[in-house]
Amino acid sequence: MKILVPVKRVVDYNVKVRVKADGTGIETAGVKMSMNPFDEIGVEEAVRLKEKGAATEIVAVSMGVPQCAETIRTALAMGADRGILVETDAELQPLAVAKLLKAIAEKEQPKLIILGKQAIDDDMNATGQMLAALLGWPQGTFASKITIEGDGITVTREVDGGLETVALTLPAIITTDLRLNEPRYASLPNIMKARKKPIDNLKPADLGVDPKPRLTTVKVAEPPKRKAGVKVGSVAELVEKLKTEAKVI
Amino acid sequence: MNFALTDQQQQIRDEVAKLCARFDETYWLERDRTATFPEAFFAAMAEGNWLGIAMPEEYGGAGLGITEAAILMQTVAESGACMSGASAIHLNIFGLNPVVVSGTETQKRRMLPPVVAGRDKACFGVTEPNAGLNTTQISTRADRRGDRYMINGTKIWTSTAQVANKILLLARTTPLDRVQRHSHGLTLFYTTLDRAHAEVRLIHKMGRHAVDSNMVFFEDMEVPEEDRIGEEGEGFRTLLHGLNPERVLVAAEAIGIGHAGLARASRYARERVVFGRPIGQNQGIQHPLAKCWAELEAARLMVMKAAWLYDQGLPCGAEANAAKYLAGEAGFRACEQAVMTHGGMGYAQEYHVERYLRESLIPRIAPVSPQLILSYLAERVLDLPKSY
Repeated sequence: MKILVPVKRVVDYNVKVRVKADGTGIETAGVKMSMNPFDEIGVEEAVRLKEKGAATEIVAVSMGVPQCAETIRTALAMGADRGILVETDAELQPLAVAKLLKAIAEKEQPKLIILGKQAIDDDMNATGQMLAALLGWPQGTFASKITIEGDGITVTREVDGGLETVALTLPAIITTDLRLNEPRYASLPNIMKARKKPIDNLKPADLGVDPKPRLTTVKVAEPPKRKAGVKVGSVAELVEKLKTEAKVI
Repeated sequence: MNFALTDQQQQIRDEVAKLCARFDETYWLERDRTATFPEAFFAAMAEGNWLGIAMPEEYGGAGLGITEAAILMQTVAESGACMSGASAIHLNIFGLNPVVVSGTETQKRRMLPPVVAGRDKACFGVTEPNAGLNTTQISTRADRRGDRYMINGTKIWTSTAQVANKILLLARTTPLDRVQRHSHGLTLFYTTLDRAHAEVRLIHKMGRHAVDSNMVFFEDMEVPEEDRIGEEGEGFRTLLHGLNPERVLVAAEAIGIGHAGLARASRYARERVVFGRPIGQNQGIQHPLAKCWAELEAARLMVMKAAWLYDQGLPCGAEANAAKYLAGEAGFRACEQAVMTHGGMGYAQEYHVERYLRESLIPRIAPVSPQLILSYLAERVLDLPKSY
């Protein structure tokens, strides 16, 4: 079974994000970029399936600027077998990404596509669902556990107030939630091996997709600054302040 | 000119940082307090094969350069592991360079893989109480008896000798009065530390209690001929190969400590509110920290330049020494400023910066003092007369 794992290059989760002075977006020049943490969980799950013998090949896909190849290399160092980079300067929105992934899926014929449930930069939480709709495949989103049995896959989903278990027939789409697994650290030999694994370079036109954005960003602004808190000396003082200053009790 | 890390170097930094994050400040504080070797950290570094970063691929390493090794060491120190972490793996990373350069094929096959895998821990027996930086004056003797040598003498500042099973040892095989040059007649060995004939005595010191430093007293310790690295009498030259990369690595470690201190100081300065505002809003706090950052980054560029020169096979003596000097000073100053920024809290162990400060003195002093580096630069770069 072949697994496709899309990986997005996003601002590293440790970086304090700054809004550009003109309010058109966030500052990414000179900022440390990393793989979207939810995608990392996706790669880890794929590698675990391969280690269990349930998968034979893992293909990592990334889209955007040439530096996305670094993100693919990270996936390769974790255990993916090869990469596909769709290079474009266009701003990629979920629908365009889903269309590009659909074209790649038709070419590669994977049985399973594992995506992060959302990217930590735009928090869209859309690509996996759109891709499932475009391909007409079943989807198991917010997965916290997956089990493959024959031609089917059981997915435990994290929903409000509990867990929901769904059974899907392959090929299928999975989007990962935080508790699916804890991604591994790449060892040095695996980082070295990753250098030798192939990455195919494509353009959106090669896949017959026009990635033009359908949405326009009107404005990006920082949230209002939080004021420093105060330390209280006793419970009595805390209750007093909650009553008179915060007026919440 | 390109100052950016390559993808691979960035990836090394990221992965090492992730690994180090598993060993938090309390882990290192506890190692320091109880003076126990960071075995779990050492094992994790070995498991990820990081110890072999600069060792040739055919002996289990990754075959990367000193640049990558320096990035690794800076990352380890910067994680808060400081010298407690860096010194624990330092010798496995590069100590066996003389074997790589001068060892025979058989020796390399026998000696390198266990060190790369972390099964062997090596220590370094060069400095002596009565010789110091004047290495050619060492008095430890290796007397030939057939196909063996008998070692007698004393070494000092042998780090990790409490836990190491191997030692890289420099000893005199021809007495000083019978050699043409002082640097001749010294021989290098890489051998088993035979505790029946080597007494290891702990030196109680200021910091880095997790990684022991020792005096080692040798009495008739036998070393087989096949543990001799390079030719007899050529040990000093064999050792010299490893000195510049060692300076680069120590410099990288100093920068790591400095950045660790600076990160803690800046965080404290942002959060600590006195007189109704964070102390970091005062220029009296800001400027010294900003200066530390500038000094650390300038020193880091020199470290990277020296590492690059070495990896290109170019002479790097001046740069490696200057890097060690600049980084040692900058790392120390950043840690000192980190303590001062914390005020009274800086003196408390739970804020960690006092440990950083204690450890930051190591790369400032070792493996060569700032004074001797300045003398070297004056003599070799500025062509001034030798002063000592």
